[in-house]
Amino acid sequence: MDFLDSQNLMVLGVLLVAAVLFGVMPLLAARLWAVYFSPAKPGPVKQATYECGLESKGDAWIRFRSEYYLYAIVFLVFDVEVIFLLPIAVALTGLSWGAFVAILVFLLLLLEGLVWAWQKGVLQWDS
Amino acid sequence: MAIEEGLRSELSKQGVLTTTLQEIYNWGRRNSVWPMQFGLACCAIEMIATTMARHDLARFGAEVFRPSPRQADLIIVSGTVTKKMAPQVVRLYNQMAEPKYVIAMGACAISGGPFKQGYNVLKGIDRYIPVDVHIPGCPPRPEALIHAFMLLQRKIAGQPLTGANRPRHLDPEGAGEFPVPEFGEHDLVPPANRTGWRPPVVVR
Repeated sequence: MDFLDSQNLMVLGVLLVAAVLFGVMPLLAARLWAVYFSPAKPGPVKQATYECGLESKGDAWIRFRSEYYLYAIVFLVFDVEVIFLLPIAVALTGLSWGAFVAILVFLLLLLEGLVWAWQKGVLQWDS
Repeated sequence: MAIEEGLRSELSKQGVLTTTLQEIYNWGRRNSVWPMQFGLACCAIEMIATTMARHDLARFGAEVFRPSPRQADLIIVSGTVTKKMAPQVVRLYNQMAEPKYVIAMGACAISGGPFKQGYNVLKGIDRYIPVDVHIPGCPPRPEALIHAFMLLQRKIAGQPLTGANRPRHLDPEGAGEFPVPEFGEHDLVPPANRTGWRPPVVVR
């Protein structure tokens, strides 16, 4: 531990003080400037929430309805279906029976999801 | 001026640069005036053109159009101020941090312009907020906006730090906020900020 002599420690201390001063001095200068020259002028309009010039209405902490979430989930059913149906439709005449059955199974799975959602009443908009 | 002009020029010949706090302060302020990203009508297109490569407002340290009044020093009222929009303009001006400046750009912003007789047009934004530079024109060319900007820089450079003639933001008694007008039955209420605006005297 020969690098921990007093000389090196003093350099560290000087650097530490310099670092703190480097951070504090501008803040202190700004504070002094405000005290001696430029007084702070707060006000109700100035400190209001910035809302592009309009008065802000209500609270930012509002609840979002979960219905949108369910719709997004059901939308995915159709979305995935379309992505696969387009190439399938292009290649339909050249497909083997096995592939055709596989497609039908896939479609039935998605359809099952839709029927489940329908039965659960997700498609009914509760206001 | 703490140092006389002759001594100062003699020192600068010897390579010693002297300055005052006021000069440093004004130099910093006038070369970093950040306008607010705020356009109202056709003049705003000219304002945008001013910032683009051909006219290049960045040469004057004002290329940074801030999307929030908290970070802006200058509001360029560029276009027709309708009475519907006037409260928003005043509120945005109020929400800017000091020091703040106003350029009223174009005939509409300074007087109502060709729409002056319209029932819904404010006849000059200086009815509500203190305008530093007025630019005539419909719309003013980008050169005119740059000229107004240079005038504003000259105005900032001449502002004293202390004394009776110091600018509003250095004066503890100076107004920090200007009243935001509200929609009345027939007109904005109040129709003008009477403390800061006097009706022009028409001499016939």
